[in-house]
Amino acid sequence: MSKDIVCGMEIESPSSFKSSYEEVDYEFCSEKCKTMFDAAPEKYVPHVHEHHADSTYQITTNGVEKTTLPILNMHCASCAVNIEKEIKKLPGVQKASVNSATEKAYVEYSPSETSFSEIIGAVKKAGYKTDGATLRLGVRGMHCNSCVSQIERELAKTPGVLTANIDLATEAAHIKYLPSETNLTNIKTVIERLGYQTFDSSKLAPSSNKDELAMAPNTGDDQVDENQQAREKEYKSLMIKFIFAAVISVPVMIFSYPDFLRLPEQFQRGTELLYWIWFSMGVVTIPVMFWAGSHFYTGMWAALKNRSANMHTLIAVGITAAWLYSTVAVLFPQIFPTQALAEVFYDVTAVVVALVNLGLALEIKAKGRSSEAIKKLMGLQAKTARVVRNGKELDVPVEEVVLDDIIVVRPGEKIPVDGEIVEGSSAVDESMITGESIPTEKHTGDEVIGATINKTGSFKFKATKVGKDTALSQIVQMVEDAQSSKPPIQKIVDKVSGYFVPAVIILATLSFMTWYIIGPAPALIYALVVAVTVLIIACPCALGLATPISLMVGIGKGAENGILIRSGEALETAQKLDTIVLDKTGTITEGQPSLTDIVTTNGFKEDEILILSASVERASEHPLGEAIINAAEEKNMTLFEPENFNAIPGHGVEADVDGHKILLGNLKMMRDNSINVNDLEVESSRLADEGKTPMFVAIDAKAAGIVAVADTVKSDSKEAITQLKKMGLQVVMITGDNLRTAKAIARQVGVDRVLAEVLPEDKAMNVQKLQSEGKIVAMVGDGINDAPALAQADIGLAIGTGTDVAIEASDITLIKGSLKGVVLAIQLSKATMRNIKQNLVGAFAYNTAGLPIAAGLLYPLFGILLSPLLAAAAMAFSSVTVVTNANRLRKFQPKFSSK
Amino acid sequence: MTPNEILVLIGGFSFIALVAWYFWFSSSEGTRIESGSGGIQEALIKVKGGYSPNVIVVEAGKPVKLNFLREETAACSEHVVFPEFGKQATLTPNKTIPIEFTPEKPGEYEFQCAMGMLRGKLIVE
Repeated sequence: MSKDIVCGMEIESPSSFKSSYEEVDYEFCSEKCKTMFDAAPEKYVPHVHEHHADSTYQITTNGVEKTTLPILNMHCASCAVNIEKEIKKLPGVQKASVNSATEKAYVEYSPSETSFSEIIGAVKKAGYKTDGATLRLGVRGMHCNSCVSQIERELAKTPGVLTANIDLATEAAHIKYLPSETNLTNIKTVIERLGYQTFDSSKLAPSSNKDELAMAPNTGDDQVDENQQAREKEYKSLMIKFIFAAVISVPVMIFSYPDFLRLPEQFQRGTELLYWIWFSMGVVTIPVMFWAGSHFYTGMWAALKNRSANMHTLIAVGITAAWLYSTVAVLFPQIFPTQALAEVFYDVTAVVVALVNLGLALEIKAKGRSSEAIKKLMGLQAKTARVVRNGKELDVPVEEVVLDDIIVVRPGEKIPVDGEIVEGSSAVDESMITGESIPTEKHTGDEVIGATINKTGSFKFKATKVGKDTALSQIVQMVEDAQSSKPPIQKIVDKVSGYFVPAVIILATLSFMTWYIIGPAPALIYALVVAVTVLIIACPCALGLATPISLMVGIGKGAENGILIRSGEALETAQKLDTIVLDKTGTITEGQPSLTDIVTTNGFKEDEILILSASVERASEHPLGEAIINAAEEKNMTLFEPENFNAIPGHGVEADVDGHKILLGNLKMMRDNSINVNDLEVESSRLADEGKTPMFVAIDAKAAGIVAVADTVKSDSKEAITQLKKMGLQVVMITGDNLRTAKAIARQVGVDRVLAEVLPEDKAMNVQKLQSEGKIVAMVGDGINDAPALAQADIGLAIGTGTDVAIEASDITLIKGSLKGVVLAIQLSKATMRNIKQNLVGAFAYNTAGLPIAAGLLYPLFGILLSPLLAAAAMAFSSVTVVTNANRLRKFQPKFSSK
Repeated sequence: MTPNEILVLIGGFSFIALVAWYFWFSSSEGTRIESGSGGIQEALIKVKGGYSPNVIVVEAGKPVKLNFLREETAACSEHVVFPEFGKQATLTPNKTIPIEFTPEKPGEYEFQCAMGMLRGKLIVE
């Protein structure tokens, strides 16, 4: 039996209708199917296993399938163990390993015993979901449910497809699949092979199923928008409520103080007219309370149910008390012993609602600005990528880009994912990720970061990190995590704010009692006004917002400048530092040797020495040799092929180049070959004193000169170190190099304390030694060799290497490899902590000063009593002030004072 | 003292006692989550002026999935934060936003909105 791949029918083999394509024979049920196939064979032949390099799904020789399955929401190592156990329970599974760091399961199984979907089932059984991309595709030509089930069945059989749901009514197919194993084209082919047409989802009616949409992988932006919309909606609704309450407030206020405002006779107290005006004031303030102020009541009620209380509780109690008293005074004035007590406070109700709503609205506006940094980051993600597949360039959604895809980028375009250039070169603007304003030159082999912008040339690159693993995704994740963390200072605030609101209610009650019993007449009026004022002036919001809002702005600002602060705790420690340990190689210096000097003698020319010694080094693999070759290549020199190459350990190298015998090595090598180096020896020790590695060059048994190679100091290291010292930090350099080289570098950059000849494993111990001197120590190094020292230090600052930003051991990651980032990180931490303290001090001061004044403490001494209206204004603007102060951090600029 | 003053005094102190007891000394019942078929302890928490339920009891070592459904647009509740777990989410109104993690150590962990006005507690046993 065989299968007709056009119509899917089982047919007798051999069939009389045959065709061959790409050296494979295919059989058909009829002439019609054969004609269809011949017209466009690529439509029918499955592409699944075509590009093995791209795919992580493959069949090995012994019939074992290997697959990689992304898993969602793994948070611990124990999750990995659980999933592994479940998968291993399946028959035919030979190997299952789950990596909690990459959130992927690697499974080797025999497809005859178990199926791909059973593995997914096992992951589900362990309590996890498999990840995948969701695709929405239109399918035309379905007439009945059996068509639907046929397509669904066929798709389910397709490797890489996780789930397929088709809605007949909307003609929409929702397919969840693994982008590493199949793609849009394959899925389309499967459907089209069954005789249906597919069309772009943009032509589909919008999906009514919200959950389905929420599953789509690219909702990041949409959610940001949706949140933004919700915020705008809330802002508008608060503004409308504010305007409504404000409009009511004006007449209510005027008629509340007829004597104070010297209104005409007929509006004065005791008149019939004023009575009716007051009565109508009571009526119009009802919608102010229950519509414009409805959120206070719902908020209070929800909090009460949970045995907690918040700002809403205070406002709701305050305005209700004012309204109830006034209404009693209007309706039953006779119950009061004196007429002076039959006073109305409708103005308190209306004005408080108006002002607090205005405050809340302004706060929303200001808060929107505070979270701009993260929104900006999320918005950087490119939407599509131009991928080369099967020799063709096609635009695919960025979620469908898989590892090892080759992507084409033209000038002015955004680089969609992280990768490595394989063809072409260009200048890339990486400012949005690293904060570096000058575009970086990129050539073949260089790393490119997703979301950066290609400026000048076109190039092709290979995707090395996609989806959640890209630098941008990791940055967003890290920033979000850091923004949700709490600096230790906040823990005290949390304790206080837990008791705050009930304490205010108690304080208000106590004030009422005191004023009622020992206060001046009319005691009841004073007692009520004071109690309401206390309730209204207290602002737990300002207290609660103080730290998180500044942290959000500060950490966001860091991310904009290529500085990732991992937590609030790191931020708080970073501003207390007094010692900073810098690793030499790769931190102060470039970490790669380069040619620094060429000294000539005996009439040889610089270029001649360079071209010949570079040619010799072509055969060696020494990193110092590479530096010489690079220097020659930079000058566009054409190198010769070395012959009779010989490396003499501890001495140097020799070879024949272009008919000359070249020796390249140390003084000993020259002496052994009885070459007279004369004055070169002095030059050599001068270069060595500068921390360089000099190598003598001899051409045809005659000393020609010296080439010196050194790890060069980064251009801005000196400036950064000077600034660090100015900030009062002790700067220490740590290195495995010998003291001579280390001292030479230290002199160049102005470091006063050098720890040289430190073995990599002893770096952490040296940091600990400094700590035992009572110092708060920061260590700056790369995330790999220096990891233990970074972890040991109070603050570990890792110099990021390109796209690797989530360095475990570090508290702060500097994406741009410059030491200036260290200065910036410390300055930013200081600025943010200062801002947090300002906010906290402000909020505490406001509450501790405001509450006693509101309670009338100043009355016996100065006769000062706060009006509830002023209290409402103060309360409304105190939280706005906190947010506005935090937003000042957005203007943070690093300070590099001139020398 | 007039009878009125004595009345206010007694009434005031009893109100203070009530407030203190209600907010500080009485404890509300926690909602215990049973783990579902997949071993995940899953619960729906409605957000409207507060979290309901606001005390959630779970078992240690098992994954927890808390689905937050924000039924209001008031800005206060826009973020929910689990500081101990380093988790936070922006709650889009009327959409279920899950927060997932696995508490390893028994103890009481607070969760709250960004300003700390709305609070809840996760008790891990």
